Amino acid sequence: MVKIIKKEVLTPQIKLMVIDAPRVARHAKAGQFVIVRINEEGERIPLTIADFDSEKGTVSIIFQEVGKSTIQLGELNEGDHITDFVGPLGKEIEEKNFGHVVCVGGGVGIAPIYPKAKVLKKLGNRITSIIGARSSDLLFWEDRMQSVSDALYVTTDDGSYGEKGFVTSVLDRVIQKEKIDLVIAVGPLMMMKMVSLLTKKYELPTLVSLNPIMVDGTGMCGCCRVTVGKECKFTCVDGPVFDGHSVDYDELLARQRNYLEEEKRAVENWLMKKAEEGVHHAK
Amino acid sequence: MPNNRLNGRPKMPQRTVQERIRDFDEVPLGLEKWAAIEEAKRCLQCKKPSCMKGCPVEIDIPGFIGLLAQGKIDEAVMKIKEKNSLPAICGRVCPQEEQCESLCVLGKKGQPIAVGYLERFLADYEREQGIDLQKMPTQNGKKVAIIGSGPAGLTCAGDCAKMGHKVTIFEALHSAGGVLIYGIPEFRLPKAIVAQEVDYVKSLGVELELSVVVGKTLTFDDLLQDGFKAFFIGTGAGLPHFMNLPGENLNGIYSANEFLTRSNLMKAFRFPEYDTPTKVGRRVSVIGGGNVAMDSARTALRLGAEEVCLVYRRTKKEMPARIEEIERAEEEGINCIILTNPVRFVGNENKWVTGIECIQMELGEPDESGRRRPIPVPGSEFVIPADTVVVAIGQGPNPLLLETLPELKLNKRGYIEANEVTGATSIPGVYAGGDIVTGAATVISAMGAGKKAARAIDDYLKNKS
Ligand SMILES: Cc1cc2nc3c(=O)[nH]c(=O)nc-3n(C[C@H](O)[C@H](O)[C@H](O)COP(=O)(O)OP(=O)(O)OC[C@H]3O[C@@H](n4cnc5c(N)ncnc54)[C@H](O)[C@@H]3O)c2cc1C
Ligand SMILES: Cc1cc2nc3c(=O)[nH]c(=O)nc-3n(C[C@H](O)[C@H](O)[C@H](O)COP(=O)(O)OP(=O)(O)OC[C@H]3O[C@@H](n4cnc5c(N)ncnc54)[C@H](O)[C@@H]3O)c2cc1C
Ligand code: SF4
Ligand code: SF4
Ligand code: FES
Ligand SMILES: [Mg+2]
Repeated sequence: MVKIIKKEVLTPQIKLMVIDAPRVARHAKAGQFVIVRINEEGERIPLTIADFDSEKGTVSIIFQEVGKSTIQLGELNEGDHITDFVGPLGKEIEEKNFGHVVCVGGGVGIAPIYPKAKVLKKLGNRITSIIGARSSDLLFWEDRMQSVSDALYVTTDDGSYGEKGFVTSVLDRVIQKEKIDLVIAVGPLMMMKMVSLLTKKYELPTLVSLNPIMVDGTGMCGCCRVTVGKECKFTCVDGPVFDGHSVDYDELLARQRNYLEEEKRAVENWLMKKAEEGVHHAK
Repeated sequence: MPNNRLNGRPKMPQRTVQERIRDFDEVPLGLEKWAAIEEAKRCLQCKKPSCMKGCPVEIDIPGFIGLLAQGKIDEAVMKIKEKNSLPAICGRVCPQEEQCESLCVLGKKGQPIAVGYLERFLADYEREQGIDLQKMPTQNGKKVAIIGSGPAGLTCAGDCAKMGHKVTIFEALHSAGGVLIYGIPEFRLPKAIVAQEVDYVKSLGVELELSVVVGKTLTFDDLLQDGFKAFFIGTGAGLPHFMNLPGENLNGIYSANEFLTRSNLMKAFRFPEYDTPTKVGRRVSVIGGGNVAMDSARTALRLGAEEVCLVYRRTKKEMPARIEEIERAEEEGINCIILTNPVRFVGNENKWVTGIECIQMELGEPDESGRRRPIPVPGSEFVIPADTVVVAIGQGPNPLLLETLPELKLNKRGYIEANEVTGATSIPGVYAGGDIVTGAATVISAMGAGKKAARAIDDYLKNKS
């Protein structure tokens, strides 16, 4: 059982929660994640550690409401409890001075890119950040990203804020004019694929953080397996950060769709149940 | 008197196939009291009981059976619990036919005593009647950390507590029991029983901390700083092996661990009441021939598959699963395709599996294990259509914790090197046992290892002060 000590609505669909989890906070590193199970009936869902404070013993998570579990999580409030909060899981990113690092965050991927930019900045890297979303109402933490970046670019697909277009077009421009030592991209799989295709052309080392479906998060089930190079890797223990140029994105895109029907049913079922409860209360 | 009273072993009453294959309730129903007592009376009360040599946790078999024969049920249960904290589990999943029962003298000419059935009867009777056995030992304050709550960890914890130590179990998952809770299905080992046996261990004063991954959430150093003086590693063999064949990451292909975890631990069979989904197609193929394969096949059937087959590269005789379980699987309509080995997985344009391309095998010369080695028959490839595949070909050691302890000596296969008698590892004060030492084995051998280690830990702590 862990307690939600702060909740912030970043955008209508994206929420931040600060969790009281001293053990997780103590060992947390940039790149790692937690597994959350809301209640006894809940599924185990991975969420990136978006920020942490080892002294206060807190861990921040940011999630986009996309289905049953994230919608239900979003309904919880300060003071409420979450049944399980396991972590920190996965491997941290290599912490060293690479030189010039470009951090690309797409959509809710801004959350996981932030701690990476933060720690790398602290280690003396020059940080250029490019954050983007479909539209302005999915953008958040521009200020925080600004605080850990030497340069920051913001894009929206529909032009509702910042530059109209994709993060990849900005990245292409930065590549043209500056020397880059490392690119880190986190966001929707399609975005990470596009970034990797682009940086491959220039042979720029690229790291991506993968988001396959998981169950245990400890290397026990193999649900999170991905092909990297010619090898089968378990994202939860071998990753989630991998060399972007070696990932088989198409395989992973298919695997993420494994349960689409069931996920749809789960949401419908949940919304119906809530509607019924609502009617009940109204009476 | 009902006619299943025999002059030999009683038959285990079980639910009919039609009744059982559409739900997850337990299949064998357990002996009735009169049948258990009759069976107990058949025991010769040998002076030198050979049966006991087959029990890794050293249960006084004639002792408890003798008490049962006299109708002293409470005392019989106590007798078992002196040595075994988890009798309701052992009575169900021990391969008794290869252990205690295989050595019973009565087995030489006729049928051995049904030791496992009697153990199960007593444990169930205790649970149902609520016999109060609790005797809280005094604790001397030496802190022992147990990593992993499988049968090895639970046994070691229970025994250390009985010896008066302050024990904490750390478990990575959100539920205690290891394979008993995430692997073995409800219809073979009801989770309520596992929970009750865990409660019994807790009643001995053992603390249980769930959702703690040692090596990640807490490190060994953290535990040392917290004052833990001795450690037992019982983290199991939880790393699923895949076949490394083309197409293995197609949708619809599960490791047995994932398939069983979704159903057992996460209760996907009750989706959407429980949130975790699982997917079972019309035709399911399970690759393997062990207990894990049987459990996967029978789970698939209960999740609604129309046809389930087992694909095994040797013959039925070589299948490592318990005979009882193979029989139950076949009764339920599961088809064994033997002498067949997968060579690749076939999929459609959406990357969903549609079948397994296999090759026929024939048996050659015996290999190191004494089993005849299967060899492929050239040109015999054929496709088994399947929309769900479960790979149940075995497990390895999970490296997650081991990677954080570089000074811990491992063997060539990556398991922990531990003394056979004491469980001592290359690090003083750190003991290990169960599947993480032996590789995938049995519940009872894991418990035996936990028991031995508890004794060694007690000695170690006594000498240390
Ligand atoms: C290492 C890692 C870190 C992540 N970090 C974040 C984060 O910081 N913020 C965030 O909003 N999201 C993050 N995700 C994705 C997040 O886990 C999913 O959005 C969430 O599980 C969806 O659950 P749902 O029930 O709300 O939606 P559903 O409708 O059930 O699922 C929506 C989609 O999410 C994916 N998904 C479903 N179940 C799982 C699961 N058990 N594990 C992983 N993915 C699943 C599937 O592709 C699915 O189609 C991360 C995923 C991984 C693997
Ligand atoms: C499907 C299936 C069916 C089986 N059927 C039978 C049967 O009928 N009869 C029989 O005798 N045997 C059977 N077995 C084998 C038997 O279950 C195992 O041999 C036994 O459970 C091993 O016990 P263990 O305590 O060593 O490990 P496990 O039961 O594997 O328990 C290990 C525990 O440690 C936890 N853990 C791992 N790493 C960490 C960490 N870093 N920190 C904290 N916790 C950690 C795991 O989450 C797990 O809960 C079966 C196995 C399977 C998979
Ligand atoms: S624990 Fe297993 S081996 Fe020991 S007596 Fe019971 S059934 Fe036999
Ligand atoms: S060997 Fe058989 S008959 Fe003899 S004590 Fe053991 S169970 Fe009884
Ligand atoms: S989520 Fe189970 S192995 Fe990675
Ligand atoms: Mg979901």
